[in-house]
Amino acid sequence: MGYVAGEYDVIVIGAGHAGCEAALATARMGCNTLLLTINLDMIAFMPCNPSIGGPAKGHVVREVDALGGEMGRHIDKTFIQMRMLNTGKGPAVHALRAQADKFQYQHLMKETIEATDNLTLRQGMVEELIVEDGVCKGVVTKTGAQYMAKAVVLTTGTYLRGKIIMGELMYESGPNNQQPSIKLSESLRQLGLELVRFKTGTPPRVHKDTIDFSKTEIQPGDAEPKFFSYETTEAPKEEQLPCWLTYTSPETHSIINSNLHRAPMFSGAIEGTGPRYCPSIEDKIVRFADKPKHQLFLEPEGRNTSEYYVQGLSTSMPEDVQLSMLRSVPGLEKVEMMRNGYAIEYDAVVPTQLWPTLETKLISGLFTAGQINGTSGYEEAAAQGIMAGINAARKVQGKEPVILERSQAYIGVLIDDLVTKGTAEPYRLLTSRAEYRLLLRHDNADLRLTPLGHEIGLISEERHRKFLEKKERVEQEIERLKQTKVKPEEHVQQMLREAGTVELNNATDLITLLKRPEVSYAHLESISPSPVELTDEMKEQVEIQIKYAGYIEKQLLQVERLRKMEQKRIPDDIVYEDVHGLANEAKSRLAKIRPLSIGQASRVSGVNPADISILLVYLEHYNQVTAAKK
Amino acid sequence: MIHDTIAAISTPLGEGGIAVIRVSGPEAIAEVERVFQSKKPLSAAATHTVHYGFIVNKETGERIDEVLVTVMKGPRSFTAEDVVEIGCHGGIVSVKKVLDLLLTGRTRIAEPGEFTKRAFLNGRIDLSQAEAVIDVIRAKSDRAYQIAMKQAEGSLSARIKKLRHELVELMAHIEVNIDYPEHDVEEMTNAFIRTRCEAAITEIDRLLKSAEQGKIMREGIVTAIVGRPNVGKSSLLNTLTQENKAIVTDIPGTTRDVIEEYVTVNGIPLRLLDTAGIRETSDVVEQIGVEKSRTALAEADLILLVFNGSEPIHEDERLLLEQLADRNVIVIVNKTDLPQQLEMEELTRRIDAERIVRMSLQEESGIDELEAAISAIFFSGQVESNDLTYVSNVRHIALLKQAKSALGEATEAAESFVPIDMIQIDVRRAWEQLGEVIGDSVGDSLLDQIFSQFCLGK
Ligand SMILES: Nc1nc2c(ncn2[C@@H]2O[C@H](COP(=O)(O)OP(=O)(O)OP(=O)(O)O)[C@@H](O)[C@H]2O)c(=O)[nH]1
Ligand SMILES: [Mg+2]
Repeated sequence: MGYVAGEYDVIVIGAGHAGCEAALATARMGCNTLLLTINLDMIAFMPCNPSIGGPAKGHVVREVDALGGEMGRHIDKTFIQMRMLNTGKGPAVHALRAQADKFQYQHLMKETIEATDNLTLRQGMVEELIVEDGVCKGVVTKTGAQYMAKAVVLTTGTYLRGKIIMGELMYESGPNNQQPSIKLSESLRQLGLELVRFKTGTPPRVHKDTIDFSKTEIQPGDAEPKFFSYETTEAPKEEQLPCWLTYTSPETHSIINSNLHRAPMFSGAIEGTGPRYCPSIEDKIVRFADKPKHQLFLEPEGRNTSEYYVQGLSTSMPEDVQLSMLRSVPGLEKVEMMRNGYAIEYDAVVPTQLWPTLETKLISGLFTAGQINGTSGYEEAAAQGIMAGINAARKVQGKEPVILERSQAYIGVLIDDLVTKGTAEPYRLLTSRAEYRLLLRHDNADLRLTPLGHEIGLISEERHRKFLEKKERVEQEIERLKQTKVKPEEHVQQMLREAGTVELNNATDLITLLKRPEVSYAHLESISPSPVELTDEMKEQVEIQIKYAGYIEKQLLQVERLRKMEQKRIPDDIVYEDVHGLANEAKSRLAKIRPLSIGQASRVSGVNPADISILLVYLEHYNQVTAAKK
Repeated sequence: MIHDTIAAISTPLGEGGIAVIRVSGPEAIAEVERVFQSKKPLSAAATHTVHYGFIVNKETGERIDEVLVTVMKGPRSFTAEDVVEIGCHGGIVSVKKVLDLLLTGRTRIAEPGEFTKRAFLNGRIDLSQAEAVIDVIRAKSDRAYQIAMKQAEGSLSARIKKLRHELVELMAHIEVNIDYPEHDVEEMTNAFIRTRCEAAITEIDRLLKSAEQGKIMREGIVTAIVGRPNVGKSSLLNTLTQENKAIVTDIPGTTRDVIEEYVTVNGIPLRLLDTAGIRETSDVVEQIGVEKSRTALAEADLILLVFNGSEPIHEDERLLLEQLADRNVIVIVNKTDLPQQLEMEELTRRIDAERIVRMSLQEESGIDELEAAISAIFFSGQVESNDLTYVSNVRHIALLKQAKSALGEATEAAESFVPIDMIQIDVRRAWEQLGEVIGDSVGDSLLDQIFSQFCLGK
């Protein structure tokens, strides 16, 4: 019953957050692209929390945007609340977080995809990959359609052999009761890919009209919302919606405790490994027994819906227990549960089987991105999606791959962690995973990545021009502050008094003044405004780059020191078994990971500095020998 | 390739002789100049010249040693980089101080085999020697690793582990504030961070004090003198130390406890252990002594096995010879002044001839031969100079100092209202440096700490 249904440059399987970014990137880079997904109504769906961003994750959205991705632009158009978090801390950890209208977000993403040239969107369940001589050539769907392609990107999220678990109930399913993908998982296993079983979960949703908000605390959005995308200039017209804070009660805890025997977490029904940073409520209560109460945030799922998401109450308890748990919470005494929470188990690809391009080492032309690689989170998925898309397109076009460094982007940290170290639980980005946190700021994602996005072809000329202008103005303004001296005149002293700092004795340049903790750029502006107009973003940039120059330089120095290690390539055909003197453990780990550079090799677990020294000597030897042969 | 500047002691340590510290890298000359006082500035020196002067701590004005400094500019040097060698006169203590002083600047201690590695990478060593270079790195690293492991069991390591644990708790707390800003965990304040950092600094100061008093580790190749009772072990110790430290009598079983002494033999530092003669005995005190002898034997890097030449080989001695087959042993046949009964052919069958020394301690003969045998073993590389042990001590002190200064910066930052995520940079650095002292890799332990200390989730 099979038939050849079409031929493409790239096929993307699964239109979640990773798949959408991947397909949009390949299409925009000029590849004829097919995006296949099980259900067209579920494009860019948020099966769990209705929010995007936060520390590290928000940074990633900015990075995706700076590279020319879509997540930022779409959430900017569809948020119902926007907050800048960590404003009391340093600029590197300021983080934007949006509550999404998850339905609007989906619709808008579908429209974008439908309107994109070179991109065909089709509903279909892929059941098998066509692989010949270790090269991926296409896919076969349930209906027998064979689509051929030069590269295939798998972005199937939690659908692979998905299984929903709730109390004693257990059934095969994708998230939110979607059809799971059973055969594809088998196909991957047969091709020789190693899979692991992971688990995640989601809390129940409740009806807004049955919540007594008077017993909860209001959590409004920022009065002047900031945006994710560097292109967004205006907020949606509608008012922002608040979230609400409440807590579990002693009764909630006793309900859970007396029903633990029915919890799949503890009965052994769940075999997959769940994330430590996202435990279910039953897990939290068992592990932190002395904590009297836990925070719960009530978050609207959209403007045109009454569903509220109960953040903090992720659970796989039986339905009846879920309801009594909910009703033991202040404000939720009479609540109606609209959807229950559940745990979901799924297969993921062991990510150490991937190159840093996200192509599998085993099958050429096959890329994987998103939750299938063992990550969690929409943002992490989008980030991998765009990178897999970029690299798939570049492979098809015969161009060099694009690999981001750890010192360049959170995306670089994420992918390097996955492919070099692997992960024992669903992987979530945290700012503490980045060793160069101060360089990977929220505010400078464009400076870090937009030139690259432009080079790749995902950033328009117009946007690039604006970016260059911003960069130039910032540099000029810093130069001006360096050159401009102020004397201890009265208006200067008055400004300093107002700022709460000591007055001047001698003429001083503005840079030195700005380095004082109490003095802000706004203070300087009041005594010496810039001759050219600067946007708020430009002023922010000037301020951060000057104020934190000392710390920034320290980190840059560290990066510089390690750079030569990162740039030292390891040839493809190296046989670690033959490297004299290398410890056995290092040999086997390196042979498995096949790092591309000495820098990457040094991060492989079980490889110590002596092994790296030996590898360097070996490579030098190797290079001299190969040079001599030529 | 850009390299940083490295330093290490490049000759075996001895009390009388000259020890050389080798410094290599782009800043080698500037770094030595920083601590060197002489008529002409080192930066003006021509290549391949020697300069007389003093190593001085220019901050305190303390004069540390009288030295000869050799300047060799790259590429005409061992590593093909700028190399400066400092010949120190003052023995172990001053060499250590000089190196310590260098490491307070932009110089770091060389990794095992790093000079050789650089020489190779810079094309100074022939291709055919690549494998030899690798072997040097491997051997030295393994040895350094063993030493680190040995230390990891000690009390220093327990204290550092505790200190690190306190720091990682602090870090986890800071990280949670950053990564989970809306969670109901205690807000981290600068004042809180400051108190914790100050407490950590106090503890590091204590560690530094004991490190500098040499309590962290005793130096010298552990050399056990063993043998049956009355063969002349204590006499050997007394002869080598030229003092009458150990009691010598003609009663077998005189030495009951391990006696420890430090000597240098041809510049090689030895930590000599005189032990109770090994034999079956019903005397409880002596039994304990024999037990201690066996422990010393197990831990020794070098064993001096003493026989009485005027007696036939005893069964106990045959057993010892067998047990020590894989070890670094020098056999001493003592009392050659008396009529000989010992079966020399049997000994030479079991032990290489150059490892057997015949001597009479009473007549003080054979001492030069013994010293020559020790040097031979040592310089053939069979007994690794414990300059690695020693250097690792210097390295510890340098790391402890760096950790302390990082914490100092953190404290200062906390006072001047620097945001917590920036203070964290310095706290983390201190934590990593302390980890290096005990060979603990950075790993995932911060994340582990975050998730075990705090209840987080959606
Ligand atoms: N004739 C002769 N006597 C020696 C020589 N060396 C040591 N002695 C004597 O041998 C006796 C034992 O010497 P020690 O040095 O006490 O022997 P030890 O091995 O330490 O003995 P324990 O401590 O009892 O195990 C003493 O009376 C020494 O004077 C030597 O070269 N020639
Ligand atoms: Mg004795």
